[in-house]
Amino acid sequence: MTITLVHYLVVGALLFALGLVTVATRRNAVGVLMGVELVLNGANVNFVAFGRYGGDAVGGSVFALFVIVLAAAEAAVGLAIVLALFQTSKSIDVRQADLLRE
Amino acid sequence: MEHPALVTQASLLWLIPALPLLGFVVNALFGAPLQRAFGKRLIHTVAIGAVAASFFVALYFFGRMLGADPEQRTLQETLWNLFTAGRLSVDLAFSLDPLSMTLVLVITGIGALIHLFSVGYMADEPSYWRYFGYLNLFVFAMLLLVMGDNFAVLFFGWEGVGLASYLLIAFWYSDPEKARAGMKAFVVNRIGDFGFLLGLLLLFWALGGGWVERPGLARTVEYAPVAELRPLDPAIGAADADALAPRVKGVKVGPTLSFRELHDQISVEETGVRERLLHATLWGMPVLSIVGILLFVGAMGKSAQIPLYVWLPDAMAGPTPVSALIHAATMVTAGVYMVARLSFLFALSASAMGWVALVGAATAALGASIAFFQYDIKKVLAYSTVSQLGFMFIGVGVGAYWAGTYHLLTHAFFKATLFLCAGSVILGCHHEQDMRRMGGLGRHMPLTRSAYLVACIAIAGFPVANGFYSKDEILWKAFTSDHLALFGTPTPWLGPAIYLIGIATAVGTSFYMFRSYYMTFTGPYRGGGHRHEHNEDPHAATAARHPALSASAHASDGAVHAAHGEHGGRAPVPHESPWTVTLVLLVLATGSVLTLLLGLPALWTGTSPLFERWLEPVVAKVRFREVGHELEGLFQLFGVLAAALGWLAARALYREARSPLPGRMKERFFRAWTVVYNKYYVDELYALAVVRPTIRLAALLFWIDAHLVDGLVNLVGRIARFASAISDVIDRYAVDKAVDGVAVLTRGAGRRLRRVQTGHIQTYLYGALGGALVVVLLNYLIR
Amino acid sequence: MPPSLRRLVAWAAASVVVVLFLVVLASLAITPAAREALAPREGEGGAVAVLFYALSAVALLGAAAVAFARNIVYSALGLLAALLGAGSLYVLLSADFVAIAQLLVYVGGVMVLVLFAVMLTNKITEVNVSNASFGLFGGLLLLVAMGPLLVAVALLTPWRDLAPGPLAPTTSALGDALLTRWLLPFEVASLVLLATLVGAVIIARKELKEG
Repeated sequence: MTITLVHYLVVGALLFALGLVTVATRRNAVGVLMGVELVLNGANVNFVAFGRYGGDAVGGSVFALFVIVLAAAEAAVGLAIVLALFQTSKSIDVRQADLLRE
Repeated sequence: MEHPALVTQASLLWLIPALPLLGFVVNALFGAPLQRAFGKRLIHTVAIGAVAASFFVALYFFGRMLGADPEQRTLQETLWNLFTAGRLSVDLAFSLDPLSMTLVLVITGIGALIHLFSVGYMADEPSYWRYFGYLNLFVFAMLLLVMGDNFAVLFFGWEGVGLASYLLIAFWYSDPEKARAGMKAFVVNRIGDFGFLLGLLLLFWALGGGWVERPGLARTVEYAPVAELRPLDPAIGAADADALAPRVKGVKVGPTLSFRELHDQISVEETGVRERLLHATLWGMPVLSIVGILLFVGAMGKSAQIPLYVWLPDAMAGPTPVSALIHAATMVTAGVYMVARLSFLFALSASAMGWVALVGAATAALGASIAFFQYDIKKVLAYSTVSQLGFMFIGVGVGAYWAGTYHLLTHAFFKATLFLCAGSVILGCHHEQDMRRMGGLGRHMPLTRSAYLVACIAIAGFPVANGFYSKDEILWKAFTSDHLALFGTPTPWLGPAIYLIGIATAVGTSFYMFRSYYMTFTGPYRGGGHRHEHNEDPHAATAARHPALSASAHASDGAVHAAHGEHGGRAPVPHESPWTVTLVLLVLATGSVLTLLLGLPALWTGTSPLFERWLEPVVAKVRFREVGHELEGLFQLFGVLAAALGWLAARALYREARSPLPGRMKERFFRAWTVVYNKYYVDELYALAVVRPTIRLAALLFWIDAHLVDGLVNLVGRIARFASAISDVIDRYAVDKAVDGVAVLTRGAGRRLRRVQTGHIQTYLYGALGGALVVVLLNYLIR
Repeated sequence: MPPSLRRLVAWAAASVVVVLFLVVLASLAITPAAREALAPREGEGGAVAVLFYALSAVALLGAAAVAFARNIVYSALGLLAALLGAGSLYVLLSADFVAIAQLLVYVGGVMVLVLFAVMLTNKITEVNVSNASFGLFGGLLLLVAMGPLLVAVALLTPWRDLAPGPLAPTTSALGDALLTRWLLPFEVASLVLLATLVGAVIIARKELKEG
């Protein structure tokens, strides 16, 4: 079957959903960040697919590039925070970071 | 009379009652301090002065009356208007006509003498001022009664004398016996007054129709053209009421309480009032009879007729001068005066007249019979008064108004004499009232004895003193009466029957009076010293231990020792009383003789007696049978024989206390004797039939009030308390819990809602996602 | 109620809610649109399709591993696979520069960073994932709730059917675009990178110093 836009969209959607699940369920802070990467990737797939099948290939790619850049930046900062958290509480269990609870 | 009475306006009539009133006010308000400051002299001067001044004013008017034409002897004075209701206007008005003049002179004259007597008699009394105040009050009220020009003033005086009588009988009120006697007098009087009031109101009501215009009423009527006779028209004032009333032949026709106006309305045929009265019926009975009987009920109470005579013997608990003045001469005669004053009404109803005469006769007989066996000298005199009052009512009942009034006059003299002599005797015997412990006082108290003897002769009915003339006239008129009926049926036999009762009573009167005379003044002196003894008669005086005290337990008279010094307590000799006492006795005794001149019968002198002529213009004329003079002379002889018979019998039994017959007869007929001696147990009967049920009714009503009414009130209180308790419970458990509940709820909700803030990001993420999904769902659902 | 029972009840309720949600949504939205949209269409397939499916499978499996693997290292490796897979898909989509960038940045940079972090933080505490609350089951529920939704959106939306362009290199066009049309975002992105650099160093370094 011809691979159409929809196929790519479905893949992107699934990637996104799985990434969301990862963010929601993993206890390890690094795991959460991994999930975030997945989410962003799923979005990226969407962008590029739309770029290709929507007429503006360049636009799609540019957008995807920017996403990659920002994802990388965010991953760096996030991991730095995780490391800092690890230093203080000796645990990267997100469940432990509940100082904002009631 | 077919024309209205002629009336002369006079001024200063009001002085006559006002002077004793002034004396009362002074003595009542300032008596205590005055007595303390100036002594008793001032008190009695004020009191005697007031009455004496009143007497002299009365004498002045008497003189004026004598000088005037016999038809014009009515003096009238209107002071002010008491009230006006509709077309009825009642004034404070006095009138003096021959009838009231007679009584005024008796009241003020004999009253003054008795005031003088009291000076000596009550010398030791600490409440001197109160006594004289009350005496003046009594004189004032009695004068109002006899001088009143209308029913209102008369009734005011009527009640006033009842009050004064009560105050004076219970003068030594700290003794419960005396207080009870006073209360009994007042209550019995009140019953009589109730009847009087009923009669008065019934009369007024019955006349109401007579004052309403009826078409085709009369022949020569001069009604004012505009005025209508509806009794409910509100008149503006007394003058307007007067002006609105139509006049018929000069007589005002309209609602009135005045005697003269009523008399004029009735006597003038054209007003139609007389016709109305004669034909008015209430529940089938003629109103006039009922009115007459009811008015006489008042007289029954005031003048001690059957069945309301029971208070008079008990009234002897008061001081003897009080008994003399009130219960012999004046107050008890108010009933007789009333009947004489309303003679024009009574004369219209033969049934009322018959009733009055019959009751009078029965009372006369009853009183005399009880007096036969009494030992207390004052009791003898009390029952004698009851009996003599019966005679007076016989007189006014059969229509011999002048005779009844004349007997009133003569009785005033000789009964006052008798009572004051009794007082003198009691004084002399150191408060002894039981005749069995007297005797032979004639030797020690000659003046008293003479006065007493004269009075006995008078009451018995010997022609040398005034009693004979009045009594004889009454009995003769009773025999020849033609106008008597009982409950509607004419009773021509009633007159002679009353005569027989009267003559028998006359025998009895003579008997018991001379019995008392002989027991007291002849024979050996049986009296002792100061001994406490109780005999069958609880009212017999026993000696007081402390004579200076005014309220001692057993003395029924004030002690007067000051006049003759203290005694050691052993058998003292009775002695004559001071001059203030004996003088009065002699004056009254003389009066008892002299007043016979007023009533010399026509049979002897050829002209009608002075007194009859004196009273003729003011009393009604009643028809009598024309009987021959010989019969009259015969009856006079019968009267004398009756008196003689009684005297001889008493003389035989009691003179010098020699005869053993009284003792033996008493033993033989002991049971009958006991019944009569105990007054036929009438008091006990009343106590059982009337007093006890009344007290029980009062107790029942009190119980109802205390338990039911108060119980209801308490119940309301308890309900209120219960409601408030419920309210409190509601408040505490419902309301407070609700308030607390809100707080608890809030806290609980807060506690639970706080748990949303887990602090876990992932939880928040789930929340956000969940919310987003909900929005998506809602999007599709709502579209 | 003991806590375990309470939890059970809560999970059951949540499942029911999710199922209901899906059912409702399906009945309201999906089924009407699905009938017309999912009509099978003919088209050319070939090697591209196979490749596509294979690469998608790699990416998705990797993503699943990231989500559900117990061991964090396995998750990291799964992430690697997902990233690679995504990159390959870019190639298929004729976005060659993006694919290479993905490789360089994501796989070469981020992946290394993640692995470093995993290693650095793994030694001290034993972190075993999948706890009680919101554990596996919760994740599954979420997947079930979100996944179909997104997929349904993708499938059912009537996309404009544009033919794809020829496969061509994009680098120069990209470069032009970045410096002409997309200049501002380019510069801002560089600023962001700068901030990130500085920030990360500060955050990490401080802790290291005090540690």
